[in-house]
Amino acid sequence: MALYSEKVMDHFRNPRNVGVIEDANGIGEVGNAKCGDIMKMYLKIEDDIIQDVKFETFGCGSAIASSSMATELIKGKPVADAMKLTNKAVAEALDGLPDYKMHCSVLAEEAIRSALEDYRRRTGESCSGVQKTPEA
Amino acid sequence: MIYADNAATTKMSPAAVQTMVSLMQEAWGNPSSLYAHGQKAKEILEKARGDIATAIGADSREIIFTSGGSEADNQAILTAADIGAKKGKKHILSSAFEHHAVLHALKKLERQGYEVTLVDVHENGLIVPEEVEAAIREDTCLVTIMYANNEIGTIQPIREIGRICREKGVLFHTDAVQAVGHIPVDVGEDHIDMLSASAHKFHGPKGVGFLYRKKGIPASVLIEGGAQERGRRAGTENVPGVAAMAEALKESCANMARSAAQMTAIRDRLIEGLRAIPHSALNGDAVKRLPGNVNFCFEGIEGESLLLLLDDKGVQASSGSACTSGSLDPSHVLLAIGRVHDVAHGSLRLSIGEDTTALDADAIVEAVRQTVEYLRGFSPIWRDLTTGKKPFIL
Repeated sequence: MALYSEKVMDHFRNPRNVGVIEDANGIGEVGNAKCGDIMKMYLKIEDDIIQDVKFETFGCGSAIASSSMATELIKGKPVADAMKLTNKAVAEALDGLPDYKMHCSVLAEEAIRSALEDYRRRTGESCSGVQKTPEA
Repeated sequence: MIYADNAATTKMSPAAVQTMVSLMQEAWGNPSSLYAHGQKAKEILEKARGDIATAIGADSREIIFTSGGSEADNQAILTAADIGAKKGKKHILSSAFEHHAVLHALKKLERQGYEVTLVDVHENGLIVPEEVEAAIREDTCLVTIMYANNEIGTIQPIREIGRICREKGVLFHTDAVQAVGHIPVDVGEDHIDMLSASAHKFHGPKGVGFLYRKKGIPASVLIEGGAQERGRRAGTENVPGVAAMAEALKESCANMARSAAQMTAIRDRLIEGLRAIPHSALNGDAVKRLPGNVNFCFEGIEGESLLLLLDDKGVQASSGSACTSGSLDPSHVLLAIGRVHDVAHGSLRLSIGEDTTALDADAIVEAVRQTVEYLRGFSPIWRDLTTGKKPFIL
């Protein structure tokens, strides 16, 4: 059996939404180099809709694939929907991740949330009411 | 496809395969049986023992066949620990970048009341004999230092360390899994009391190796049972595996000088090519290293991604990144030589073989260069480094 599902390998080999949004109005960065994973999300939100999303990731194959899938799952969605993104949804959309790689999907969820919170901060709204705990 | 992971395992030599297959077909008797068919297997086993002993300058009675390097390491360490305990000596000297077969065996002994000191591994991946000498105590029962490191390939000053141990009357074991069959090893000249080796690292089969232990050292028993291996290792002997190991070792030793010269040239070509990649660094001394080992760190990228993309480009290699080990920490070897986590995650080990060509080396360099550049292209760390938000480490 291969290390990763075909979906993971596809998103790893051809990551969607890679890059930077120069005029992003929500940016979030999570993880640290010590642990070997950093994800940075850039959001362009207009009329409460995520018009564009891009990411940069330093990390393993599943970290890159999780970032890519997470951006796909929130692109074009209302902010409220994006706030509900779970790591489980990311992992499931990738046809699963090895157990010891589940933290990559958690990181993707956290990166999206962090960018959304940054957007809320910039626009003066709070999103503390929508805090969630990651699902395994 | 370019296979550059020979430190993980090697392809069996055709002669070793031939030996193994023909023995499985023709000499499948039990060496402990008295009838001729069993005794033929015994004869083959003892011939192999002699050949292996000769290859490392030992006597055939000093060789114990094992299931591989890990078992040999465990048996050697247990042996020294048992001898030490009888004399009230429960201190062991080793290094931080040993193979886990050694480090984990030592951890177990620590839980049993032994004290372990790890001598410093310097930035160049080398241990200093004088520092070993200074760390030996009255109650030291064992010094165990690997012959050549499995990740960064640095060759340790084993002869000097062996001489010091002999003078001080302390048992000296070396995990020579990466060295045997690749560089000259002579247990006499190197003053080695115990040595571990594994067949599949020198084109022999997996699941077989040996422990050399100098005459007069009572080897402790890991596997209890029958009287095989003079009572030092129970279990019906893996005759085809052992004979194939002997065949592979004879072959490796016969070709050693030529192979080493050729591989060293390819290795240095690789090192030169990879050094041209900005913000990269060779891990371990450039000269005192195995002919086949190249190990680099590339700043701003993570090793597993690099390996997977290299695999797509037909290059099979290995990394000391956390993600390839299943833990959060990168290679203990790279940390031991002082690489910080950030950089250690971006490591690549290429271990070439006798059949790796200069063209292969150039193709590897090009594949690595492209992949590192691609991954840096969307690495937030690389962005921070290149925009001056963080200082470069390499």
